[in-house]
Amino acid sequence: MEFTLDKKHEMARQLFAEFAEKEVKPLAQETDETEAFPRETVTKMQKLGFMGIPIPKEYGGQGCDVLTYVMCVEELSKVCGTTGVIVSAHTSLCCDPILTYGTEEQKQKYLVPLAKGEKLGAFALTEPGAGTDAQGAQTKAVEDGDEWVLNGSKCFITNGKEADIYIIFAVTDIIEDKKGRPQKRFSAFIVEKGTPGFSFGTKEKKMGIRGSATYELIFEDCRIPKENLLGTRGKGFAAAMHTLDGGRIGIAAQALGLGEGALQATIDFVKERKQFGRPIAAFQNTQFQLADMATRMQAAQFMVYNAAMAKQNKPVYSFEAAQAKLFAAEAAMAVTTKAVQLHGGYGYTREYDVERMMRDAKITEIYEGTSEVQRMVISGALLK
Amino acid sequence: MKIVVCVKQVPDTKNGVVFNPDGTLNRGAMDKVMNPDDKAGLEVALRLKEANPGTEITVVTMGIPDADSVLREAFAMGADKGVLITDRVLGGADTWATSSTIAAGIRNLDYDLIVTGRQAIDGDTAQVGPQIAEHLGLPVISYAANVSVEGDSVVVDRQYDDRIHKLKVKMPALVTCLSETTEPRYMTPGGIFDAFDKEVTVWGRADLKDLDDGDIGLAGSPTKIAKASDKVRKGAGEKRADLDAAGACSYIFDKLKEKHVI
Repeated sequence: MEFTLDKKHEMARQLFAEFAEKEVKPLAQETDETEAFPRETVTKMQKLGFMGIPIPKEYGGQGCDVLTYVMCVEELSKVCGTTGVIVSAHTSLCCDPILTYGTEEQKQKYLVPLAKGEKLGAFALTEPGAGTDAQGAQTKAVEDGDEWVLNGSKCFITNGKEADIYIIFAVTDIIEDKKGRPQKRFSAFIVEKGTPGFSFGTKEKKMGIRGSATYELIFEDCRIPKENLLGTRGKGFAAAMHTLDGGRIGIAAQALGLGEGALQATIDFVKERKQFGRPIAAFQNTQFQLADMATRMQAAQFMVYNAAMAKQNKPVYSFEAAQAKLFAAEAAMAVTTKAVQLHGGYGYTREYDVERMMRDAKITEIYEGTSEVQRMVISGALLK
Repeated sequence: MKIVVCVKQVPDTKNGVVFNPDGTLNRGAMDKVMNPDDKAGLEVALRLKEANPGTEITVVTMGIPDADSVLREAFAMGADKGVLITDRVLGGADTWATSSTIAAGIRNLDYDLIVTGRQAIDGDTAQVGPQIAEHLGLPVISYAANVSVEGDSVVVDRQYDDRIHKLKVKMPALVTCLSETTEPRYMTPGGIFDAFDKEVTVWGRADLKDLDDGDIGLAGSPTKIAKASDKVRKGAGEKRADLDAAGACSYIFDKLKEKHVI
């Protein structure tokens, strides 16, 4: 069992850290203040191959592994949670399902430009009446000749409006279960921005990750070609859950980065900040808090990397992904909160990065499955 | 066209410099990076490759076996081949022994242009590049800010403090490059993965021809280091944008008088 990275991964981390420091960090505060999507940064990342890290080269990707992708999200999130989630949603929630479920034609048409960085991707499952309870979804797709006709709406969609290609889940069939109750059957579709009948509603005003574009998607008699059905008709729910298993590893990496970034900012701050004539780093309370924060983030890193390796090597990794996301998200929330506390009044101002990091961290306990959902997944596996 | 780029693995000074009790550099306690001027030199070569399709870039480094990581980094940026010159008998080399050794290595290669960094951040001598040119009997242009190729010549903007010299020289030639004027590109994640699948050519003493044993390693090094210390940084200086030409002149003269320079 190895707990050290090999030279290849160390070099990849060096690349991501350098990019984050030089290109992302200087814009993080402004991105948060203005709530503007960091298009310039995304364009740079697209050119450098950051948007297709774990995708095989034959489909336009970098041909690296899940761990490398996770380290990219981690390093970006150390300085900017918004930038981290843009890469995560694009890679885990849009590229990955096309790679897993797409036909060769779909991969050539959609995955190649996504992985090359020519297009940006998004994923839409959540609806106003259907979050954790995905069965509550109302968006429908009806077959009509050579087309599917989509009607309904999706909400809280990351990369909304900014993305070019969307994975949309819609009800295509209603069957009866063993007890005669109606059960919805979902299917997944690939929908391009600009398709008639596909429009964007309101942009969410959020607590954190404010530069991430979070939109409502609206489908009104939106006609898409039959060949844009992704995977098997009626098997969309399983595809969505499997995709979210991967997505959770990306969000766990985002949480990991946020916690680590807040820890580093706090270490730097407590050495400088003086009270009672000495740096607050000299007080045992500060030292013990830092020790707890660092230990928690180290544990989170092991779990997130373990989940990345599980996705790399195993067909099913729900358990590892759920544990990593649950632990990393709660660690990020606790550590960023402590970071603000150790910064005192300064930490509560927007002058200091930890204030933003604490707001950014909260979403990692909520999206792509709340911490409660992760506990359901974990306990479900334990008690089956 | 064939370009040889010389790079050196140096201690990363980002987090300060660590010394041994005897005043020598504690390299083991510091992270290692590609020397910034050398990285700029590699970038110059990569841009020449883009402008002149068919160009092949070979990166050469001399150091401990671990220095091969600097070649992997060069591969990940776009270099084609890598040579690591490593041998115990080559250790402890000063600029003379280093340049003699690297020049001997380059004699094994085909080249039109040799690119080096101006100087390394650990030794700061700026001697190795020009010395390699001397050993190989090549023209050298230092402080290259911009490099292009015209036919069988290389055209270089040589950066001085206050002016640029435009020079044209027939290849083969050697240029030394500056990190201030050339921003190196990032690696790519896929480039890093490919870099570790590539073969690095490793040469020891036996592979180096036309090289006198008196010119290598510690024994072949005329320089003896008495003491090393952290670099004394130049101050940022004072900028006055509020003065006209006459006012600026008298301000400068006053300052020079104040410091008893004139």
